Amino acid sequence: MNKEYLNVILADHDEGNLVLFRNILQEFKIQVKVKTFFNGRELMDYLNQDILVPEVVFMSYHLPLKNALQCLSEIKADRKFDPMTTIVYSENLSAEEEEDVFVTGANVLMKKPDNYKDMKKNVTDIISVSWQYHTSGLNKNNFIMKV
Amino acid sequence: MYVKFDFNTLCMKVLEDKLKDQGLKYRLLNFGEVELYESLTQEQCKIFRKNLEDYGIEVIESQKTALVQKIKDVITEFIGSDEAAPVKASIYIAGKLNHSYGYLSNVFSDVANTSIENYIMIQKIEYAKELIVSKKHNLTEIAQILNYSSVAHLSTQFKNMTGITPSYFQKIIGMRREVSRYDKQYSGAV
Repeated sequence: MNKEYLNVILADHDEGNLVLFRNILQEFKIQVKVKTFFNGRELMDYLNQDILVPEVVFMSYHLPLKNALQCLSEIKADRKFDPMTTIVYSENLSAEEEEDVFVTGANVLMKKPDNYKDMKKNVTDIISVSWQYHTSGLNKNNFIMKV
Repeated sequence: MYVKFDFNTLCMKVLEDKLKDQGLKYRLLNFGEVELYESLTQEQCKIFRKNLEDYGIEVIESQKTALVQKIKDVITEFIGSDEAAPVKASIYIAGKLNHSYGYLSNVFSDVANTSIENYIMIQKIEYAKELIVSKKHNLTEIAQILNYSSVAHLSTQFKNMTGITPSYFQKIIGMRREVSRYDKQYSGAV
């Protein structure tokens, strides 16, 4: 598969985080189209429309109105989202919370770094691995990663 | 008045005009193949694509993309084969594809957004995951199948690539299965 660009969705109530992600994604060699949402309900309303399913979704663990776990369950229940990579991030989660995130179907869990440099490195790693899953026909059920 | 089109002539003319517009040195071959005498910068490539887009002509970098697909296929074959042990990946790949490894490596990095070495590592770990999921082998056997010197070596590389240990991976996959089994039972009961 030869892809021209990646469609990426960001969901976070903190506008600062959204800006940060946007800036990082725009520096990539791979072209990225970004859409942003401020809460889980908006995110799911959008995804449940008849749209082209995005390749990658980043969501904050603490999403208002519908939290990340609720969104993940809905995403897992609909087969049309099978090819989509889901990433949940937070500053600090307990081991049980981390486990829940993975078991509910997230592909990647990111401990959100407190500085731009590490954040950029993490996001770059995630996007580059997602790219490989999308272009090399890897089994997405086995895509479990922690950064 | 009616006109009659010759699409081939028309497309060749458009293609030629656009190539000339950009001052590129080229040779037109049959079936829409263009040989360029110097490689394009990304910016030039973008402009060229854009110029042709208006005429419904699309640039497909078939050769490079096709070669990268071949390299990927050979890597998959290499990892799954018993030959993997005594031969180095670079020698195996270059031999199979009849190109120098340096050339293949450059083309690959250009198109696939990762190096051959890294791609091999990704594929090996993916294969390890498949084997873990299938439950037919324990980690010691999996390390042997994939030519790691020890379980520790496999685990370290697994952790480097995925951020989790093989046993954590196994645990999550197991829990997911249980949840989906429960979901099925539950929805069956309702």
